[in-house]
Order: sequence, then C-alpha cells, then structure tokens
Amino acid sequence: MSKYTLQINGQSHTVDVTPDTPLLWVLRDHLGLVGTKFGCGIGQCGACTVHLNGVPTRGCMTQVSTVGRKQVTTIEGLSTDGSHPLQKAWCELDVAQCGYCQAGQIMTAAALLKENPKPTDQDIDDAMNGNLCRCATYLRIRAGIKYAAGITTSDNNSHITGGGATLASIQEAVK
Amino acid sequence: MSTSTISRPIARRDFLKLSGLAGGGLVLGFYLKSAGASSAADIVKPADGTEFRPNAFIRIAPNGVVTLVSKQPEIGQGIKTSLPMIIAEELEVSWKDVVVVQGDLDPAYGSQSAGGSRSTPTNYNDFHKLGATARTMLIDAAAQTWGVPAAECAAAATAVHHAASNRTLSYGELVAKASTLPVPTSVKLKEPKDYKLLGTRITGVDNPKIVTGQALFGIDTRLPGMLYAVYEKCPVFGGKVVSANLDTIKALPGVKDAFIIEGTSNLTGLLPGVAIVADSTWAAYSARKQLKVTWDEGKFANDSWDAFSTKAAEIGKNPGATVIYKEGDVDAALAGAAKTVEAAYSYPFISHASIEPQNCTALFKDGAFELWAPSQNPGGGQGAVVGQFGIPKEKVTVHLTRSGGGFGRRLSNDYILEAAAIAQKVNGTPVKLTWSREDDLHHDHFRPGGFHFLKGGLDAAGKVVGWKNHFVTFATKAAGRGDDTVVTLRPVSALDVEQFPAKFLANYRGEQSLMECSVPTGPWRAPNNNVFSFVMQSFIDELAHAAGRDPVEFRLELLSQKISGAYDAKRMTGVVKLVAEKAGWNPKKFPRGQGQGISFHFSHSGYIAQVAEVTVSQDGQLKVDRFVCACDIGAQIVNLSGAENQVQGSIVDGIGAAVFQELTIERGRMTQNNFNDYPMIRMPDAPAKIEVHFLTTNNPTTGLGEPCIPPVAPALGNAIFAACGKRVRQFPLSRADLRWT
Repeated sequence: MSKYTLQINGQSHTVDVTPDTPLLWVLRDHLGLVGTKFGCGIGQCGACTVHLNGVPTRGCMTQVSTVGRKQVTTIEGLSTDGSHPLQKAWCELDVAQCGYCQAGQIMTAAALLKENPKPTDQDIDDAMNGNLCRCATYLRIRAGIKYAAGITTSDNNSHITGGGATLASIQEAVK
Repeated sequence: MSTSTISRPIARRDFLKLSGLAGGGLVLGFYLKSAGASSAADIVKPADGTEFRPNAFIRIAPNGVVTLVSKQPEIGQGIKTSLPMIIAEELEVSWKDVVVVQGDLDPAYGSQSAGGSRSTPTNYNDFHKLGATARTMLIDAAAQTWGVPAAECAAAATAVHHAASNRTLSYGELVAKASTLPVPTSVKLKEPKDYKLLGTRITGVDNPKIVTGQALFGIDTRLPGMLYAVYEKCPVFGGKVVSANLDTIKALPGVKDAFIIEGTSNLTGLLPGVAIVADSTWAAYSARKQLKVTWDEGKFANDSWDAFSTKAAEIGKNPGATVIYKEGDVDAALAGAAKTVEAAYSYPFISHASIEPQNCTALFKDGAFELWAPSQNPGGGQGAVVGQFGIPKEKVTVHLTRSGGGFGRRLSNDYILEAAAIAQKVNGTPVKLTWSREDDLHHDHFRPGGFHFLKGGLDAAGKVVGWKNHFVTFATKAAGRGDDTVVTLRPVSALDVEQFPAKFLANYRGEQSLMECSVPTGPWRAPNNNVFSFVMQSFIDELAHAAGRDPVEFRLELLSQKISGAYDAKRMTGVVKLVAEKAGWNPKKFPRGQGQGISFHFSHSGYIAQVAEVTVSQDGQLKVDRFVCACDIGAQIVNLSGAENQVQGSIVDGIGAAVFQELTIERGRMTQNNFNDYPMIRMPDAPAKIEVHFLTTNNPTTGLGEPCIPPVAPALGNAIFAACGKRVRQFPLSRADLRWT
C-alpha cells in the first residue's frame, strides 16, 4: 500500500492503495465518486472516461501511481451544478435510456468540444468511437453534441433526433 | 443428439410464471386498500399525517409537491417517467410539481417485473384510475370547502378551480380536507382529446442525476463497512468446483475471506464457484488473478459450435423430430409447385452485454437478507433467495436500483443468489458482488443460436403455395429457472404455432429437432422473435424475388389471405402501407450498390414495419444509410420522447446484434471474453437517419421496449440483397462476403 495525493475536481484527496489500483476504483471505492462507471476493465467501452489535464482518459487503464499531479476531472466536476452545455443538452434532448454510459459519453464529448468547438459529423463519430452505448442512443448522442455546440438549435425538432423524425411528422402519423 | 426424450416446450403459461410476468394488471381496489397497510413501503407512509395519500402511489404535501412512486424497475425503457405521467395526466398536476421516487419491492405495488414489454399494458388502465381517484377526491374537497356542487369544479395545474365564483384552491391547500374523504370506488377518466401530458415529449426524471454522475445504479450502492466480492465459476457450462488454492488467496493483500460455494445444477440458478471477499473491488479482482481452481468440467466439456453446426446440417436433411404446427399438405403443395426455393438460415448464441455488469449488494444479518440489485424482476429475486436459503419471504428485503440496461438478462437473478450466498457466509457485514465483463460474457443466460431449413413453393402466378420450416434448436436438461428437477430435454427456443406465415398459408409445416447442450439461456430483447423474424421475413423476400414480384406487394398479398387465428392482419397491413409511403418505397430508383429492404413483424402486441436503406461498396463495405419505422402499439403514445428513443435504440441495437454479435462455443465454453473480441455496435455504424412514425389505432396501448427489434435484421438483409444481390442467411452479417462487381 502507498499513499497518493490526487487533484480531483479541484480538490486534493489522499488515498492509501496499491500502486496498480486503477483510478476508476480509487474514485468509486475509495472516494465515493461513483459517476465514473465500470463497464469492461480493458479500455474498450469508455464508461470510465475522465479527464487528466483535460485529456479524455480511461480510468480503468490508468494506474493510480501514474496520475501524479495531473488534474483529474470526473463527471461530478465537469460543472458545479450540471450547467455544462453538454449536460444541459443531454437533459433537454433526453439522450439517455439506461444512462449508465452517459457520463463517459459526456466526458469524451466535452474534450472534443474543447478542442474542436464546431465538429463535423465525421469528427463526432471519430471522437466518440471509443464509447459504447448498449442502449444504442447514438443518434441522440450525436444530436446532443451538435446542440451543445450550437450547430443545431431548438427552433426545429430535428435537433432531438439528429436529423431523423420530426415531431410534426410523428404527429401527422398519430392523427 | 437425442430427439427421443423430448418434453413439451416451455409453455407460455410456465414462461410467464417463471419470469414473473404473470401478475398482470392489478385490481385498483387492492392498490387503494393497501395504501395504509403496506408492510415495507415506508416510502409512501405519511411522515406526520399531513400529506394526502389516496393510494400507495401518490403523496401530495401541503407545499404542493406531488410525489409519485414508480414501482417498475427502470432499465432504460423509460418506465420511471412514463407510468407516473399517466397518474399526473389524470391527477391534473403540472409536471413541474411532480417528484418521482423509486419504490422498493413491496406487495402493495403488485407485480414489479419489467419484462415482455408488459409494464405499460398491464398498468395503463389502473394508473389512469389511480390519478383520477385522487383528482376526484381533491375536487370533492374543494367543492365541500366552498359549498358548491363538485360538478361545477374543475382541476387543472395542481389546483381546483370554481369558474362561477372565480375561486381556486391549490392541491396543497386541499391536503387536509381531502385526507378525510372516503376513496371513491368509481371515477371518471379524462377524454383522450383532453390530454395535456400523454403523447408529448417528457424528458427522463433521472436525467439531471445521470448527467452529473450521482449514485443511481445497483453498482453505485455503498454501505458503511461494506466489503467487495468476486465469484469465479467454471468456464464450462455445468462444471463444478473440485478444489481451489484458498489458503494462498486468503493471504493476499486486502483479502478477508475466500471460500467455495457448492451451488446447484440449475444452469440459471446458483452455480458452483469460488468467492473472494476483500476490502475493495480491486483487491478482490487482483486476488482473483492468483486463484487456481480445479474444476470437474462435466460431460459437456467437448461441446463446440462447429460440431453443433455440422450436426444441425445433418439433422436438417431429414424431417424434423416434432411437428409444431401444420396446415394442409405442404409436401404435396411443394411437389406441385411451379418453382421451389430452399434456404438454410442460422444465427449464433449472443450475449445481452448489459453495460452495467451484474452486481448485487447483500447484507445477511440476524437471519434476514437485505438486497440492493439492478434487477428487472426483483420479486423473482426475492423468490429465488427464499427458495435457495429457506428463509421466509418477509425476511428478504429487496431495494430497487436503476439498471444499466436489462434486455431480458436481469429477469434472471443468479447474481442475486450469488451475492446472497456470499453475504450469508460473511454474515453481519454488507458485501457487494461485482461481475467482471468476462464473467458477464461467459455466464450470460444467452440468446440461443439456431438453425432453420426452409423450403417454399410458388405457383405459376408467383403466389406462395407451401412453406416448410425445420428448426434445429438447442435443448437442455434442468433449464427451468428455479427448477432443479427437470430431467427431460427442453428446447431453449421453440417455434410457436403463430409465427408468420403460419395461419396465413393453406399449406404450411413447422418442424423442430433438438440438440442437447448445457448452455444457460434466457430471454434476449424480443425473445425468439428477434431471430425468427430474420428467417421468415428474409425467406419471404427470397420467394418474392423468385416470383419476380415487388416485396411490398408480395407481403400485402400474404397478409390478405389469413386463414385462422394469428394476429390482426389489418393492423399489420396498416403499418406496412405506412412505412412504404413514408420511406418512399421504390426499389428501382436505387443504383447498383444501394438498396431498400422491407420487413414486418408482430411481437409483444406491437405491429411493426420497417424499411432499411443501405449502401454496399464494391469491396463489400456495408453502410446503413436510413431506417424508417412504422409502429402500431395502440391508441396512445405515453411519452413521445421515450417512445421515439426506444424505437431508434431498438433499430441501432438490432443492427448491432445482426451485424456484429457472435459467441462461439469451444471446449464447452464461450471463447469470447470482452468487448475487444465481442464487438458491439458503435457510433460510426449507426445510421444517420431513423424516422419513426406512430400509427395510432383504437386498440389497447402496449409496450415498446421490444417489438421494434425483430424487423431490423430482415429489413437490413433484404436491403443488402437489393443493393448487391448477396443474400445473407447467417449472423453476424459482418462475416458475409458482400463484394460485388
């Protein structure tokens, strides 16, 4: 066991764990920050995505001993009150189904938008390729990123579905 | 191979019983009576008697906050938002005044199993009555306060209004008075034309917590002093523990205990294994790497998918062991046909792969269990624990958490049994069992693989005259949930007599043969239908093309000739026509390399038709460009946002399952381990456009978690054929050679 002092969401935390403990489990088991999720343990699903100095990083593949003084940002620290444009877009567009992967999706998307404020569809697909959504809400994740980026607006409902069905066409069929 | 000891397939009734779906709609009186009599529902007990609580689901506080209890497990289907919406609609409350809380397992709520797309249809009418009852009482309370007839009062926006005197009392102000009134036995429901909430887009009630990472899911459960566990089971299905290096494991850092659990021979029950309990998840996972277990792998240790495939092909050459359903004389019809078409279809075992690995936190203390689990079927979990440990039901408390996906996997409660067994040994300290992804892929209750051998005949006019389907399926002994005593073979997936085009053709025969295996199986989103639809709707397409006819027109003809039983052909015709219109059906408009495909399917009370549009490059790369879906799930869409999300998610999930997912059995075990060798669909493979159209008809409102899955794969396969002339008859489609010149 060794002591590590980590900078997480702007606060200092000291934990006493084995050096190979993944950051994911330090956050979840030792610090109670459970927003970062366990999905695969091998860096394939992206549910454990956090930022290390702003870079999207797999918490399950990051040994605590390698974190050092890097600033760790988790979903709990992306904003103080859920007001990050992606968090707001996710709520407004009702992106989630089960919701388990969405913290990881948002963290990856936040890093994308920081680097590339107006991403193309291809940029979005490329950036998000590492994040699985088992409920397959990919159309709404795409739409949420574009909405948060200001590429689409709420003037027409196509922002909800990523260019798919519109509310009008649904209502027409409902009649 | 043993086809001589066939027992009946699991009857529908048994399935309902086994999967806890039988509860059906609750009697409202039961809800109402149990409002104050609930044993464990502290959540709905008025803290100080100041709230208005007309039933177990509704609490109105003097400050006007309306708390609604969601009784069903939330697994991503949106039920925690949609069922409370129904109460809120009838109750005439503003949605902003509503707080939804998750109810734990409690008899006061009736059935709490979320499966079979049944949560909406079994609760829809009762939930209207729950809301209307409370609204009626609040109106009566206001009318009595004012001394005016109740008929002159109306409720809206969390308040009662008296138009004639322009007076208003908020629900909060009516709490005390309403609480003194008797609960009416008969109430008037709103006219659908007056709905303000139902049919609109309401965003998920947990969204703010989801996007800020607050604890919601089973795996997020944390209790003081909690320990962490892993559980290693035999990789070979049906294997048992002989011995393990427990002393070595117990000496490892952080490890508190390690022990063997004998388990049972029930493939979907408590399997034998080795538990490691530690002071953190990582300590338990690290210790597991040192674990050495000697297994008795049992008699299925040489099973392999390749051998099953070879055997199935042999069996498929002969008539099936059992005739499931027949109409007319299919052999004579095929012998007299102008043209016959034969094809073999197959699909592998696949996993649910719910993104939240199976987990359960359990505390055994003073002879009682307390469990926190992401279960679709918490009552089944409680029953399983009662059966396994011989503890009375009253001593098994189950807390419902949000589930990171379900897809049918969490109707089984094996992981609850494992956590309970570990907790019982640990005794007095809470322990959280967390499966690894590898555990999940190796020990799923899998979607069964299967093989179909089809022959169809056309007359000179291109009409179908006969259809034969020989289904070679798997069978296990002791497959029943909670049933250790079954000794005869049971098919893990069985043809049902109403699987289209049965009941629509004068000459039809469905046959079945069994291959014994030891693979645990269970319902995977739209069970059976998710693969049968691929086979039937693809083969219909083969016949349509053999007849030189348009696939839509060909299908409409089949639907027009229903001979008996089956489903409402008119409703199916409605969605086929709607989807063709909305998609702009015109297969001839596409250049080579692009194509349109159509399919339809009935399951879980839903009538669904879909059109897929794909591009197949000359080097065989598949791109799904667009899906259009028409759904008839009855008279009312509850939550438009959730409904559309379910349809779109189903379509992308259906594409993923068909194109990518495959488990292969070698040496009696699954060979895939994690998402690196078990690919799931990712964003770049999701179509850019999925258009959803709801056709509302005057029929009961039904569920949407499953029925949009089955038509996806055949629409896709039919579009691929249209694009490049390659017929896909085997999942995963990623293995198909789609190159063309």
